[in-house]
This record gives sequence, structure tokens and C-alpha cells, in this order.
Amino acid sequence: MSNPNEVTKPGFWGWLNRRLPVDAFIKGSLTEYFAPKNFNFWYFFGSLALLVLVMQLLSGIFLAMFYKPGATTAFDSVEFIMREVKYGWLIRYLHTTGASAFFLVVYLHMFRALLYGSYKAPRELLWLFGMIIYLALMAEGFMGYVLPWGNMSYWAATVIINLFSTIPVIGTGLVEWIRGDYGVADATLSRFFSLHVIAIPLILLLLVALHLIALHETGSNNPDGVDVKTTRGADGLPPRDGIPFHPYYTVKDIVGVCFFLTLFCVVVFFVPTMGKLFLEPANFEPADALSTPNPISPSWYFTPYYAILRAVPNKGIGALLLLLAVLSFFFLPWLDRSPVKSIRYRGWIFKSFLTVFTISFLVLMWLGMQEVSTLYVWLARVFAVGYFAFFWLMPWYSRWDPVKPVPERVTYHG
Amino acid sequence: MSEAGSQTVDDAVDDSRRKFLTVATSATAAVGVIFAATPFIESWAPSERAKALGVPISVPLANLEPGQMLTYVWRLKPIYIIRRTAEMVAQLSAHDAQLKDPKSKDSDQPVYAQNEQRARRADIMVMIGICTHLGCLPKAHFDVGDPTPSLGPTWPGGFLCPCHGSRFDLAGRVFDGSPASVNLVIPPYSFPDDNTLLIGDDGTKKGAA
Repeated sequence: MSNPNEVTKPGFWGWLNRRLPVDAFIKGSLTEYFAPKNFNFWYFFGSLALLVLVMQLLSGIFLAMFYKPGATTAFDSVEFIMREVKYGWLIRYLHTTGASAFFLVVYLHMFRALLYGSYKAPRELLWLFGMIIYLALMAEGFMGYVLPWGNMSYWAATVIINLFSTIPVIGTGLVEWIRGDYGVADATLSRFFSLHVIAIPLILLLLVALHLIALHETGSNNPDGVDVKTTRGADGLPPRDGIPFHPYYTVKDIVGVCFFLTLFCVVVFFVPTMGKLFLEPANFEPADALSTPNPISPSWYFTPYYAILRAVPNKGIGALLLLLAVLSFFFLPWLDRSPVKSIRYRGWIFKSFLTVFTISFLVLMWLGMQEVSTLYVWLARVFAVGYFAFFWLMPWYSRWDPVKPVPERVTYHG
Repeated sequence: MSEAGSQTVDDAVDDSRRKFLTVATSATAAVGVIFAATPFIESWAPSERAKALGVPISVPLANLEPGQMLTYVWRLKPIYIIRRTAEMVAQLSAHDAQLKDPKSKDSDQPVYAQNEQRARRADIMVMIGICTHLGCLPKAHFDVGDPTPSLGPTWPGGFLCPCHGSRFDLAGRVFDGSPASVNLVIPPYSFPDDNTLLIGDDGTKKGAA
């Protein structure tokens, strides 16, 4: 809180601060904003996600200067960027690798929340904003994937948009409305371009702002799940177990950024296609409505849900379970009835369920990339049960879980 | 409680009037938002050009020999047109037990195609060549018995989807064990004369082109 009697500072800085609360903002959210002192490795991924967002905006702005949306121009303009624009290949690989990196850091960021119960009260809304960011990111990733107008782009768009046709009564009309034509066509590509470069980035920025405002209201959780205040106490002393975000965590985060960018550059310069994971060979052929790529599979970050979709013999129920698989995360704050937040003080039951969930998610991710076979369909069913059990049995097992006592203050477990 | 006179009257808030004005203004604004949103939502519907390009197409059948298939594109969808031989038609009634929906009860087709042959004319099969599972294009395997491992010597002739292995017979009916759950979709069509097929037109509306 800024003191109105304090704004007597001389010079330009004083003049500026009487008109714009720069000092108050820096104090309130950096130098006098206290974060728990026991953050570990898992706390890098929030700031990394913010970094990737900025990188995507920058590389995206430059790609949009050379890319030409349109069924007859899109594919060629991407080839033009790759072959003829100076450093066009670099800008595009930064953007395609950035998309995968975004999902990677967001998945790790979400896993951190599962480990330490960061979604639990009082951070339910913070978690919900994060989950809506995740949804917006999925839409952004999907539409961006369609823009190069390769054959995989085309068929991914066809399959994903067709999922809406399983909605009773309005399904068929809705699909036509989304595509703007009787099949995926120029109209679809142009609107996806607009949404990808304007609408969703704006929504993302707004949601990230809300996510951060909510974070600064409740303060960060920590690996012990112990409450740590964000502001000085009535005695004017820093809160117990809190350290100013700047310089402590800004500097720590820069270390994370250095490691991250090193790995990121290795991918961009040496394995931009990541062995067909980030860029698929079928997408180096132009879109063709009369030839389906074989096999057809979505980007790696969607494959757990795709595996669940394919595991169900009924298309409508498959689409419903896919939706439920994504939306289950939203309910976590209310499904979890455990008195403790952090995995450090949870019992063996929660740890087992979290392990099963993690394995299920990764196996489903792998299965979603494989061609279907009877064995894989059955495996997908088994692991889908593991996936859903984590969420929907939680109201019971989180209560039965033999928890350990939570300490008064944060600890260092090494 | 304060001094008497007109001053107090001016300061008083008429709560019921305030509430009425707030509710009435919000309601009017909400209706306005709906009206204002309509053109933007409507703009996403298929454009006049898309609709014009989606008019019925006419296909000459004179050169289509028995056992042959033609693929035409109508509304961005591949339309498979097959002139079935008498043997092919006879085969259709022989494998009902292996089909998921032999009578096409849960499948999508015009009423005139909801029969054993799934066609207006037994010899001409017309269907949308898009797998009802996830939208890939099933490939023709017309010969009885097929060396492809998933088909085998008992294969009665039909289609195999290369993506997830759904199998369909020569009337587009899906075989058991396929991930697709319903038969291939039949578009509206009619025969203005014996050697012409009109795709996209039921032939019910007089003068419809």
C-alpha cells in the first residue's frame, strides 16, 4: 500500500510516480512481495511458461508478416518462409518448437500443482484460471497446427471438428458453422488464422493477467503446503519463511531460463522435427481432401485424449469421455478432501493413485501415437480407467489416506 | 434526521425507482447485445459462394461398366459411385449376420436408400466415401477373397479404411469388429434418366436443378 504522504520524491521519478504508481507496483509485486523460501525445481515452470508465451508472441508476429492465409497460398507461403525468407526457417522452428515447449512446461507446471496440492483452498480460482489457460492453449495449438495447410493439418482439422457432430440435434449444423463450408476449406483456414493470431492470444494474455493477480492475492503454495504470508506483518518485519520475489526468485528463475533455453536451442537447431513428434512428415504434403494420411495422429500433447477417444467403440461416448478427461482437472479443488496439501505429508493411498495417474497419462500419450490394434485398444481402456480413477475416486481415497502431521513452518528435505 | 426542507428530498435515493431503471437498462442492453452478436455469428455460416458451389452435380453413367467405381467430389466430399454386378448384389444378402447394422436402422441415408441394397437402383450404389469413424477415406477391395491380412479368403468384397481398419460391404454397411459404428452415409440423389445420376437432389422438388 502506498502512503499518499510519501509522494514528495524530487525529480523525474517523483513526478512520474505522482502520475503513475510505478514504485508502488514494483514494491507490491516484486521487492515487497514475499514468496515462500523453500521453492524447488518444480517452481521454475510458471515463469518458463510466461517466457514461452512471450517467445511465441514475438515469433508469431514475424511469421504473420510472411504467412498468407488461404487454401491456395498457405502451404506455399510456409515453404517460402522456410526456403527464401532470411532466417525464416529459424523463426518458424522457434514457433513450432515453442508450441511443444509451451505444452511441456504447462504439463510440468500442472503436475507441480498435483504434487503439492496447489489447487486446494484458497487457490481454487487460481487453479481454474490456469485450467482455462490450458483450454485456450489447446485451441491455440490446434488452430496453429491447421495453418500450414499440409495434409496432416487438413485431416486433423477434419477429425477434430467432426467431434462436434456427435452433439445431438445441433451437431451437424454446428460443424458446418465452424467450417463455414461443407468440408474443411478456405473459409475454415481463414477464420482459424484470425482466431490464432488475434482472438486467442488476447484471451490468453487476459487470463494470464487474472492468473497472476489471483496468485498475488493468495500467495504461492510451496512444497510443504504451509501457509506463508506475502506481505510484511503489523510489526513491519518480513513474513516468516518469506523472501522478496526480487531479487531472490527473479535471479533463481533466470538460472531456470538459461537451462531451458539451452535445451530449447538444441531442439531448434538440431532436431526441430523431434523425430516426427513436433513436425510430422505428412504435413510436408499439401492438404488433399481426397487422400488421408496414414496413420493419422494429432500432436503429442493431445495424444492422451486421442487414445481415450479411440478406445471407445461408440463415437458419441468417446467424444464425451475425451471432454470429461480434460474437464476432470477443473473439479480437483472440490474432489480432494484431504486435510493436507503436499505429497510430503500425504499417505500411501494418494501417492499410489497419483503414480497410477502419471503412468496412465504417459502410456495413453504413447498409445495415442500408435496405430490402433486390438491389444492397444484394450491397453488404452485399462489406462483410461487409471486416468479417471485418480479424479473420480478422490473424494473417498483422499479422506481415507493416512496423512502425516504438517509442520508449523517450511522445512528443507534436501 | 438531518435538517428539514427541500435539501433532504434531493439527497434521498428512491431505491425502487433505481432498481427498476437498473433492471430495465440491463435487460435492454442484453437484448441489444444479442441483436448485435447475430451478424457476427451468422458470418460464420457457409457463404453464398460455398452454397453455390454446393449445388447438385450431374454424373453421366453410360460409360460406367459393371464392377467399376467412379469418384466425384460433391460439397468437398468424395462420392463413390459403383455399378454393381448381379453377383455383387446377390452377395449383399449373404452376410447379414456379420454386420453391425444390416437394416441401416442407426445409419444416415435418405428413406429411399434404407433397404438391403441401400440404393434407389440395385445396380447403382451411391455413397459418401468418408469413414463414419473419424473421416478417413475407405479404399476399394471389390474382389471376393483378398490377400490383405485383415480381409482374408472369406472377404465378400467391399471397402477397407486404411486408418483404423473399419470394413464395409458393397452397400457401405459396416462389418462387426470395425471401430466405425454406423454404415457409410448416403447422400440425397436421383436419376433424371437411366444414364444420368444427380447427386444432391432427391428429385422430389419440381424444377430443382
